[in-house]
Amino acid sequence: MPPPVVSSDAILVADDIVVRFATPEGPITAVDNVSFQVRLGEFVSVIGPSGCGKSTLFNVIGGLLSQHDGIVKVAGETISGPHQSIGMVFQEESTFPWRTVTDNVAFPLELIGMPKAKRIERARYFIKMVGLDGFDNRYPGELSGGMRQRVSLARTLASEPKILLMDEPFAALDEQTRLLLGDKVLQIQQQLKQTTLLITHNITEAVQMSDRILVMTYRPGKLKRIVDIDLPRPRTSEIVSSEAFGRYVAQIWNDLREEASRGMLDEEKEVLSGHEGAR
Amino acid sequence: MTIAVSSAPGLPRSYAAPLVGLVSFIAFVLIVEALLRVGALNRFIIPLPSEIIVSFGRLFLEEHIVHRFLVTAGECLIAGVMVTLCGVTVGVLMQRFKLFQQACETWVAAFASAPLVLTYPLFMVIFGRNAWTIIMMGFLSALPPVILKTIEGISSTRRVLVDVGRSFKLTATQQFWKILFPAALPTIFVGVRLGLIFALINIVGTEFLINFGGLGQLINDLAERYDLAGTYAAICFVILVSIFFFIALEKGERWLRPVD
Repeated sequence: MPPPVVSSDAILVADDIVVRFATPEGPITAVDNVSFQVRLGEFVSVIGPSGCGKSTLFNVIGGLLSQHDGIVKVAGETISGPHQSIGMVFQEESTFPWRTVTDNVAFPLELIGMPKAKRIERARYFIKMVGLDGFDNRYPGELSGGMRQRVSLARTLASEPKILLMDEPFAALDEQTRLLLGDKVLQIQQQLKQTTLLITHNITEAVQMSDRILVMTYRPGKLKRIVDIDLPRPRTSEIVSSEAFGRYVAQIWNDLREEASRGMLDEEKEVLSGHEGAR
Repeated sequence: MTIAVSSAPGLPRSYAAPLVGLVSFIAFVLIVEALLRVGALNRFIIPLPSEIIVSFGRLFLEEHIVHRFLVTAGECLIAGVMVTLCGVTVGVLMQRFKLFQQACETWVAAFASAPLVLTYPLFMVIFGRNAWTIIMMGFLSALPPVILKTIEGISSTRRVLVDVGRSFKLTATQQFWKILFPAALPTIFVGVRLGLIFALINIVGTEFLINFGGLGQLINDLAERYDLAGTYAAICFVILVSIFFFIALEKGERWLRPVD
């Protein structure tokens, strides 16, 4: 795909990102010439089959992976590491088990030296926002997986990032919890007008939440297509039963099917070659 | 359809296991008492359990066992503080400097399985026949588990927690104190718990060997006087102290892991 023209209200720009990894079998290109931009207040999803380099892209944009070609810009500034304007929510459960919900959420506020009383008050605001009021003094071990992910989300929101970057935050959750949490994220995004970039492999989740969806190819991960989602807002999970929603899901699945099949074949080959090697 | 779920009649489950344990122990003591009384076991080697129980009173009144206990506890406390400070620091440094870790970790592990108590004459030469020989023996024996568990605790911190710290732009010092150390703390405490148990064993053992200090010396004195019941009573007292020590440390560990 040709690189997009940078629009004036683009808050995040990824320009020609290339990531290569050295492996015993030789270098592998995980992400290849990926360019896109996210406008202020926009909700963009990156979708692709397993192994397409989505999480690598997440690490590049979040500044956790510095060995790459290409440029990432946040509000016009080229970044080369983690940036205070980007708040990250990880796929894996990432709450601090030794801190209560309030202390977890107040963590970024503690780092900037906010007085205790003020940061607790601020943390409670975000705890309430993610629907966990009443659980302030609980430890993560006392909460369900979905609740812990909401704590992680509240902690990231408490740092008031310009861009919320999420890597399959609901991947480990069951379908019903995932839909309900999707509702919660949508509600928060609409309330805060939060610019969000969601990495996911779930088509329903992507269509439910996004203004635009970037579809990636299987290895090497390239941008295959950008789909604008023209569904009315505010949205809830009820939208999944609409006809238009179904059309978008079918369209994206059409793009992804070929890539997912390639991924599956590749995995099978890897397993077979592993068996041959073992013999 | 309604399925009725009834609990088993009798004591609550939480009391059942300790009660069974206590009853088993009492039964064992009664069996030993019976075997000794009928002559199946030699009374010149094993005294009657009833005599051991009776001699507990003597230990408190005549042998000042509480004072002896406090002497041993003080030695344990000093060794414990020293081992926690040194062991955790060395463990952190070894984890931080990989070459240092690769060079020394096997030695430390080997050190953990060595019968260090045999080196007491060396410490007698260095420190003399005093409490420092005993404390150093406790300290050295407790050091390896604390070092090894500190390395393990920090190394096994989940990658995602470190990434959270990086995403918030934590400095190396903040990353250590706000993420790595608290994440490793429960594992470090397992090392400290093991270390303190090793320290207690070695401290009492060294007190016995050099006939100096607290409970170990008392056992030695009683054995030399051929006061079998008193010796066994003192050994039972040490075992009880170890049990309470173990329970207290376990409670401390649970406190560090608020919810699993």
